[in-house]
Amino acid sequence: MGQVKKITTPLTPEQVQDLKAGDRVTITGVIYTGRDAAHKNLVKTLQEGQPLPVELKDQIIYYVGPCPARPGQAIGSCGPTTSGRMDAYAPLLIEKGLKGMVGKGPRSPQVVEAMKKYGAVYFAAIGGAGATIARSVKKAEVVAYPELGPEAIYRLEVENFPCIVVIDAEGNDQYKIGVEAYRLAE
Amino acid sequence: MKEISVEQIAETVKKLCIEAACNLTEDVEQLLKKGLEKEESEFGRYVLEQILDNVKLSRQETTAMCQDTGLAVIFAEIGQDVHIVGGSFADALNEGVRRGYEEGFLRKSAVDDPLFIRKNTGDNTPAIIHTEIVPGDKLKIMVVPKGAGSENMGALKMLKPSDGVQGVKDFVLKTVTEAGGNPCPPIIVGVGIGGTMEKATILAKKALTRKAGEPHPDPHYRALEEELLEKINRSGIGPQGLGGRVTALAVHIEAYPTHIATLPVAVNLNCHAARHAEAIL
Repeated sequence: MGQVKKITTPLTPEQVQDLKAGDRVTITGVIYTGRDAAHKNLVKTLQEGQPLPVELKDQIIYYVGPCPARPGQAIGSCGPTTSGRMDAYAPLLIEKGLKGMVGKGPRSPQVVEAMKKYGAVYFAAIGGAGATIARSVKKAEVVAYPELGPEAIYRLEVENFPCIVVIDAEGNDQYKIGVEAYRLAE
Repeated sequence: MKEISVEQIAETVKKLCIEAACNLTEDVEQLLKKGLEKEESEFGRYVLEQILDNVKLSRQETTAMCQDTGLAVIFAEIGQDVHIVGGSFADALNEGVRRGYEEGFLRKSAVDDPLFIRKNTGDNTPAIIHTEIVPGDKLKIMVVPKGAGSENMGALKMLKPSDGVQGVKDFVLKTVTEAGGNPCPPIIVGVGIGGTMEKATILAKKALTRKAGEPHPDPHYRALEEELLEKINRSGIGPQGLGGRVTALAVHIEAYPTHIATLPVAVNLNCHAARHAEAIL
């Protein structure tokens, strides 16, 4: 666990290549939320040849369905959800230029292949630390699918949003590396 | 015969929903602190420190510790001398959930039809209600919000009696290992053994409501809990699956008599935000 790398959005191909599995990073800039239902809609829209409701090229999607904000707060508790449920949809979004995903838990080989082919990175935020993470969100507004409630797409302005690079654009996977290092014999 | 009004029940459930979501109980927090002392991995320590900070912050601000404030699972023990007045018991519990999730700024995560429609109900109802009639004139209500990240990693297996203790161990370890970082470790592992399919599953869920880390009173089950905990923590999964020594905080087993020809085993995992709150009326 080395020095914390500070990154800003949108991501450049150079930034993506510079990030390595096991790096701690903070993200500043705009990121978009999206989870199960929003991903289903996004992919359906692309398959029908229609334009997406938000431009995702060079952007980061955060897999989250936040709690409602209390008065005076930008957002409620907003930790990551399990990324694996978005695996069926992620490769197409990566092909269309998505550069980063924030979530928790492992990804499918198909997602990792797309990340290597098109240049994308996967970050983990700490699951269950939603109150802490909310402090790095300065502004939140719904930009698509308001009818989905907590599953709508929000545009978030974040400052020093903390996460860890778990899978880099070369396919190195910190989950595998970390567990291998600490596994003991039966 | 003691009378309890539906309004009193709804207000109690409201408070319990908010309390559970925002204030992690002392027992779980203590196990997290012990885990931090034991953890050797740098990422593991970092994650546990963040989790403990988050526990403090959510308590101070009455903010949900995790955005997945879950389906509202409610265990109610109804004294047989209690008379519930003013309306339906189930409606009162659901009204409490509705108020709690709205007034507590908790996420509404329930969808109506599970397969074809999946439309958010907008108020986190219906609750998942388990009732039991017990002697006495008290009503005990326990709210156990359960997020999907950990719930999705649970499993049930109908073992053969000949599979025995080894079969149970193998199944629990397989379930936890395959879940990896998905259920937000460090986890609490609830295991239900015996009964029928549905009984084993409810036992596994109920095992998660036991005071965290408190051992089973029977020495055989206690030893099995300890052995499973040790084996799970040899897996290397660690906090958030990033590698480390602390994969589980506790293993809780509940057992029940069963049929001569069966050995059901259910595993229900809970994330580190192992939330529950209870009240007695």
